[in-house]
Amino acid sequence: MLDSETNSATIADPKVVCRDVSVSYSGKQALFDIDLDIGSHQVTSLIGPSGCGKSTFLRCMNRMNDVIDGCVVTGSISVDGVEILDDEIDAVQLRRRVGMVFQKPNPFPKSIYDNIAYGPRIHGLVRGKDELDEVVQTSLERAGLWEEVKDRLLQPGTGLSGGQQQRLCIARAIAVRPDVILMDEPCSALDPIATARVEELIDELKRSYSIVIVTHSMQQAARVSQRTAFFHLGIVVEVGETEQIFTNPRDERTQGYITGRYG
Amino acid sequence: MQIWLILGVILLLAAYGYQRGKGGALAAVSGDASQLHSLPSYHGAYVALWAAIPALIACVIWLSAEHQIIEALVVSGLSAESQALEPQRLALLMSDIRNLSSGDIVRADPSLEVQAAAARYTELASISLYAKFAVIAALSAICLFFAKKRIAGQFRARNRVERIVRYIMIAASVIAILTTIGLVLSLLFEAWRFFLRVPFHDFLFGTHWSPQTAIRADQVGASGSFGAIPIFAGTLLITLIAMLIAVPLGLFSAIYMSEYASPRARGAIKPLLEVLAGVPTVVYGLFAALTVGPYVRGFGESFGIDASSESALAAGLVMGVMIIPFVSSLSDDVINAVPQTLRDGSYALGATQSETIRQVVLPAALPGIVGAVLLAVSRAIGETMIVVMAAGLAANLTANPFEAVTTVTVQIVTLLVGDQEFDSSKTLAAFALGLVLFFVTLALNIIALKVVRKYREKYD
Ligand SMILES: Nc1ncnc2c1ncn2[C@@H]1O[C@H](COP(=O)(O)OP(=O)(O)O)[C@@H](O)[C@H]1O
Ligand SMILES: [Mg+2]
Repeated sequence: MLDSETNSATIADPKVVCRDVSVSYSGKQALFDIDLDIGSHQVTSLIGPSGCGKSTFLRCMNRMNDVIDGCVVTGSISVDGVEILDDEIDAVQLRRRVGMVFQKPNPFPKSIYDNIAYGPRIHGLVRGKDELDEVVQTSLERAGLWEEVKDRLLQPGTGLSGGQQQRLCIARAIAVRPDVILMDEPCSALDPIATARVEELIDELKRSYSIVIVTHSMQQAARVSQRTAFFHLGIVVEVGETEQIFTNPRDERTQGYITGRYG
Repeated sequence: MQIWLILGVILLLAAYGYQRGKGGALAAVSGDASQLHSLPSYHGAYVALWAAIPALIACVIWLSAEHQIIEALVVSGLSAESQALEPQRLALLMSDIRNLSSGDIVRADPSLEVQAAAARYTELASISLYAKFAVIAALSAICLFFAKKRIAGQFRARNRVERIVRYIMIAASVIAILTTIGLVLSLLFEAWRFFLRVPFHDFLFGTHWSPQTAIRADQVGASGSFGAIPIFAGTLLITLIAMLIAVPLGLFSAIYMSEYASPRARGAIKPLLEVLAGVPTVVYGLFAALTVGPYVRGFGESFGIDASSESALAAGLVMGVMIIPFVSSLSDDVINAVPQTLRDGSYALGATQSETIRQVVLPAALPGIVGAVLLAVSRAIGETMIVVMAAGLAANLTANPFEAVTTVTVQIVTLLVGDQEFDSSKTLAAFALGLVLFFVTLALNIIALKVVRKYREKYD
């Protein structure tokens, strides 16, 4: 549980509201009673040392933990006021609305076009080829990749550079028009220039989407996010405006982490 | 007997060399092992290897050349008349001489010439024995001596041993490769002899196969006819039936095992399928001939189809079952090699499991699966026992799976089984068929391995 004096876990206009979220893997608890709100149209970054549960928390919000054997999630998470941990909720439908970008770019072994078209096709979001073409183009444009790939849409997505692949994965995620995009260390496999491009892109995308990003780079969190939550040993130690967390952390563990004393 | 004696001596010398090398190394640094470049045991191994390997090589060369040389010497001592005999008669004569020399019973009263030659043979053999013994022991001792001389504190025995071990490995693989080359050459040679008698295109494109050649001129059906198309067609028909069974069943069970089964179910099913792979093919053959064959005939008859109890369908069905574990275990491997991140990517877009499998996992695994299927095809083409027992011998050119057909492997077996002259067209035809079989399966395997390897590279 959070200490309300030092934290602002709740915000006025939340997109996702998480309360008392606990996760255990085959009986071993990895997250303890997490309370956290994700704001609309802003970027929330999750920071903290390796193994503190950031990825686990991220996967709760699109129920990707369902895929992992032995993983049990308890508590309450609501997206736009709808409880998503409910068994009634179709995880497959939820994941259309809460997209995810992974640490390592994972384009499908298909053409660039088919990579983007995959989601819209399985969800029946488009009628006819023209509409699909349009979705592919706008998704690639929004991901800032259109100019680079428009002449080779039919070539395999795996042939792109690492940074291009990651932007392809972002384009693929936005092609199904999600509300929330979860990003798990999206730049950790990229070089600095590709990282800069992806950061610009995230900044762009926050106008249309609510974004949660896990990052190991303090600078990145400071650059792209408006709110930051510091995780440590399966709890949220401190959460608040990014500027406040980085300039004036209230908890000494947060201070220790961002000044590089451990992590 | 003598070979064991020689090996024993080499081994003793090697053991002695090991001790000397070890002792010599320690002596060189007056007992302080930390001053040595290599551990004392490496010095010992170095000397021992030198004592053993050249001697062993000499031993092998001597043993393989000994007979030819002795016989050539004996033959050169025979009368001009005997030397002029045709090779087969001469070989008989030589075997008389050998038998007499070794004290075995000889067919008839040996002539004086044979007796003299036998005496000469005995003499040469005993000279060879002593010379062999002396030369090999001396070689071993000399190599040991020089190897021992090189031992010194800074001698890099460890690196040397490493190098010798590498050469031994190379030699082992070269032997395997040479054997294969020898095999291909012998196939090529015998097949070439066949094609001297039967034109190449008659064999490859002829549609009539009846390899019975007459032994006596007055027999009927004398000529023999070697058009192999019916055999190739039969092989293809059975392979096709087998693949129609094996590919869907094997692939689906692989998908079930790798994507749907709980770890416990998987742990139970996989070994079961592997047991299926370990059943000797002759057992499948029994099953095909005694159970499936009659059943297929009954089934055909109930539809008014005139089926024989030896049918392509029976053999193909059972062969398909035999190949299922092959397809499923290879496909299971390639499906498992598809990275989990691809599946996660698909789930994260809101795809269901079957959508993910159909649209992401299988396309990603496809090259590997194609490779697995090609390997399975080459297995099916080369499979012998089941078809020998269940497909029949009649070289019918037909696409009707209820009829008996024959395959390349069956024909090779029937052509060579029993008393045969080894240079009749009939037996040589077996080599021509073997050659075709060899190249087809070789090509399939090469393509399959290429495809699989290319696929592997992609996900490293
Ligand atoms: N699939 C899993 N199975 C079992 N334990 C897991 C699994 N994923 C994560 N964990 C455990 O949960 C804890 C949090 O992991 P994770 O969420 O990956 O941390 P982070 O992303 O912050 O590095 C770790 O102790 C890790 O060992
Ligand atoms: Mg992580």
